[in-house]
Amino acid sequence: MTAPRPSAQTVFRVTGLGKVYRTGDVEVHALRGVDFTASRGEFIVILGPSGSGKSTFLNIIGGLDRASAGEAWFEDHELTRLDEAGLTRYRRDHVGFIFQFYNLVPSLTARENVQLVTEISRQPMTPQEALALVDLEDRMDHFPAQLSGGEQQRVAIARAIAKRPDMLLCDEPTGALDSKTGIRVLEALTRVNAEIGATTLVITHNAAIQEIADRVVRFANGAIASEHRNARRKPASAISW
Amino acid sequence: MRALHIKLRRDIIRLWPQALAIAMVMAAGVATLILGAGAHDSLATTRARYYETNRFADVFTTATRVPEAVATEIAAIGGVASVDTRIQKIALADIADMAEPASVTLVSLPGYREPTLNRLVMRSGQAPDPEADDEAIASEGFARAHQLTAGSTIRVLINGRLRAVRITGTALSPEYIYALGPGDLMPDDRRFGVLWMPQRALAAAYDLDGAFNSVAVKLTQGMPPAGVIDRIDTLLADYGGLGAYSRKDQISHAFLDAELQQLKSMSRILPPIFLLVAAFLVNMTLSRLVALEREQIGLLKAMGYGPWAVARHYLEFVLLIAAAGIIIGFVAGAWLGTGITTLYAKFFSFPFLVFSRNPAVYAIAGGVTVVAALAGAIRAVAAVAWLPPAAAMAPPAPPRYRKILRGHIDLTGLVRQSSVISMRHLSHFPLRTASGILGMALAVAVLVGSLWSFGSIDHMIDVTFHRSDRQDATITFTAAKSEAAWYAASRLPGVLRSEPFRVAGVKIRHGHVERRLSLNGRLADAELSRVLDGDLRPVSLPETGIVLSQQLAEILGVNRGDDVEIELLEGDRRVITQPVSAIITGYIGLSAIMELDAMNRMLGEGDRVSGVHLAVDSAAWNQLFAAVKATPTASFITLQHVALKRFRETLAENILIMVTVYVVLAGIIAFGVVYNLARISLSEQAREMASLRVLGFTRGEVSGLLIGELLAIVLIAQPLGWLIGYGFAAAMVEGFTTELYRVPLVVNRDVYAKASLLVLAAAAFSAMVVRRRVDRLDMVQVLKTRE
Repeated sequence: MTAPRPSAQTVFRVTGLGKVYRTGDVEVHALRGVDFTASRGEFIVILGPSGSGKSTFLNIIGGLDRASAGEAWFEDHELTRLDEAGLTRYRRDHVGFIFQFYNLVPSLTARENVQLVTEISRQPMTPQEALALVDLEDRMDHFPAQLSGGEQQRVAIARAIAKRPDMLLCDEPTGALDSKTGIRVLEALTRVNAEIGATTLVITHNAAIQEIADRVVRFANGAIASEHRNARRKPASAISW
Repeated sequence: MRALHIKLRRDIIRLWPQALAIAMVMAAGVATLILGAGAHDSLATTRARYYETNRFADVFTTATRVPEAVATEIAAIGGVASVDTRIQKIALADIADMAEPASVTLVSLPGYREPTLNRLVMRSGQAPDPEADDEAIASEGFARAHQLTAGSTIRVLINGRLRAVRITGTALSPEYIYALGPGDLMPDDRRFGVLWMPQRALAAAYDLDGAFNSVAVKLTQGMPPAGVIDRIDTLLADYGGLGAYSRKDQISHAFLDAELQQLKSMSRILPPIFLLVAAFLVNMTLSRLVALEREQIGLLKAMGYGPWAVARHYLEFVLLIAAAGIIIGFVAGAWLGTGITTLYAKFFSFPFLVFSRNPAVYAIAGGVTVVAALAGAIRAVAAVAWLPPAAAMAPPAPPRYRKILRGHIDLTGLVRQSSVISMRHLSHFPLRTASGILGMALAVAVLVGSLWSFGSIDHMIDVTFHRSDRQDATITFTAAKSEAAWYAASRLPGVLRSEPFRVAGVKIRHGHVERRLSLNGRLADAELSRVLDGDLRPVSLPETGIVLSQQLAEILGVNRGDDVEIELLEGDRRVITQPVSAIITGYIGLSAIMELDAMNRMLGEGDRVSGVHLAVDSAAWNQLFAAVKATPTASFITLQHVALKRFRETLAENILIMVTVYVVLAGIIAFGVVYNLARISLSEQAREMASLRVLGFTRGEVSGLLIGELLAIVLIAQPLGWLIGYGFAAAMVEGFTTELYRVPLVVNRDVYAKASLLVLAAAAFSAMVVRRRVDRLDMVQVLKTRE
């Protein structure tokens, strides 16, 4: 199979992506033939109710899960054909993840959590640079237990971007935070999106967040229900919920 | 079934490998206690029953020739219940299927009645005709070793005359449960047997008509033997009495006692250690296992279950595991105990076996296990069950880590962050790390504590057979002879070198401690049967004084230069005082040695020898045997290579089988511990592992983290385990030591290496399991849930 010729801008391309979970005799269709592309540097917000398939989608394109049908291409790598080691390599070199529950290593300081990633990356920034991007230089030597939720999430962002990823995948990054802290986290996200040019996908329940995106995709019943571009992006500081 | 019970069942099913590993550790602890105590109790009970049924005597003695009338005087001594007089002699037997001569003890049977004491248990055939002079009952083991049945004939050198003796039957006797031949270290049914012949025949052969030379006495219930012994000695003094002795000094009884004592101490030292180690490990693993259930406990409470209901649920969980462990332990312990008892019974000639099942032992084993399991669970449940549900459901407050050495050492750039994670885990939970290290160390220690004996026994054999008693054969004469007998022996075919020795029965005394033993006289610079000092260097025997083995010196409480009293049990029965001139290494028996000439001077019977040690040309064995069989003065010949073989076999049948069982159980414990520690660490860190996988760490890197931690614990635990294991071994040595032999405490490097390798193998297997688990780690699942 030859790679679909991507346009200069396209970093990500998915066609007919399907995912079926089998539990016993029951089949759950989490994704049904999703087609999707993303351009370099694009900031995309994915909305949708619980069970709409958006997290499954994010997990597959992030190399955390495997599709049951269809193709997913990152540049000229066909993700859907990569083996376990290939997927690990892909995550290590190209993808940064941010989760609702930070998932920092509690026994490492902020700097060390970032270092954890820079040690295994090809062209990382220094931990200090990454933490500066999220305004946490002065909290570098604190352990997660000594940081607030928002600070922990910003460490998670610094950890995700330190490798200079091509894709930044965020699953409910503000889900566990209050509005004010959440906005600071979103500011950090838009800033790194602009500065390192990583294509950023943010999954959220929170419709208010869609205004900071280049493009908004809505998932329902395992498929993309609608899609629109914002004529003008609002800065994160201009939204509230 | 109630929902909580369904949960219980599912939890057990979900955690079955861990539950099984914990149950096996418990089972090993329980089984050791039951089998150790069971084997000892069964044998002790069997012996007691056998002695009682067959009226085993309490006091024994031999003399030269005692008129039958003296028997009435012995019977009249206060405290004597019954007396049996006999003729008892040692003779050489020439058996068709054996090149070397065998030794037999001839024991007379009273005319037309059964002996009143030491009654035989007929195993086949019948008693000889009391009038026949060539019929005998053979001891069962000896008969079996030579396929002798009723009607078989063997040739016995009776009082210098070779006579054909017809076997009429086989029997067992409580007097020869441990059938040790003269001069032998271990029983050997092939080379030694007992022949019971009619009184008349032996009296005629040994010119003992109307007389006897051996007495067995039964005392009235509760009568201490000391007084009776003195009276008998006085009565027999004029008839060449060799000193009466109680059961304590009766060979079969003494050896059996030593074996029982060893079994007892093995069951009193190792099994409690095993049980406590198992209990500690069960406590540790269960408390960590239950701690992992924190969220579930919160959930149950949120639904309205009270703290007691929750606590009961988890107590039931650990009790189920404990019950499984106890049942497996009971069954395995009873089975192994029966097996080992049967083995011992075969080795000792018992006509029947009484299996003792002491309920107290079962209760102790079960009780300790249950308490350990419950304590472990309570510790963990109590920490959670009384929290408000919301607090219980929330993860425990995140641990506040600190920089190692408070950040004084900057490891940036030197150590990978993944190693920093491991180091911080280990240092942040010092108690958990310490208990993990202790657990692993105990695993190593139980292995060291059971493996050491193999090497120690090898050392004992090396010293005894290769450095000390290096002769190929020993000929013992029927009685002490003039030195001409030595020269005659040195001219026997194949003899390369010969050294005479003298033995004499003595009581050796210091203060009020007294031991009855054979004093041994040897050439000052003997090359064959050497005397070794504490550093195992040959010692030249001094011209004066007595040399004692270390154990004898300890028992008597004497040092070099102290005086000991020596009471001669033959001849003029003088009491002589001698200084202790050296203390030497000797693992077998209590030995007292003098220079030959000095001993002969002390005995005052001129230059006499009791036998010779020989170095023999291995090509000339058959000629030598033929010559010895034809020598009327030789009462028996001991072959060193046969003795060594028997020694090894006997130990293999006794200590080593028991030890092997312990090693296997120790292996199970070691394995269970390592496996559980690895599994629990994995559960505790699953979330972190998944995070790292998401960040792009490979499976190898992630499992490496956990395995690195495990390895650190395993490695730190090794030296500690060796140390504790050495302590266990030292405690065991105390238990092994009897007056018949002393096992040296030699813990060779290979013991440590084997123990460590076994534990490392268990760790490697556990690492593989961890690796497989990490491979199956569901990253998404873990990360989507709150910590």
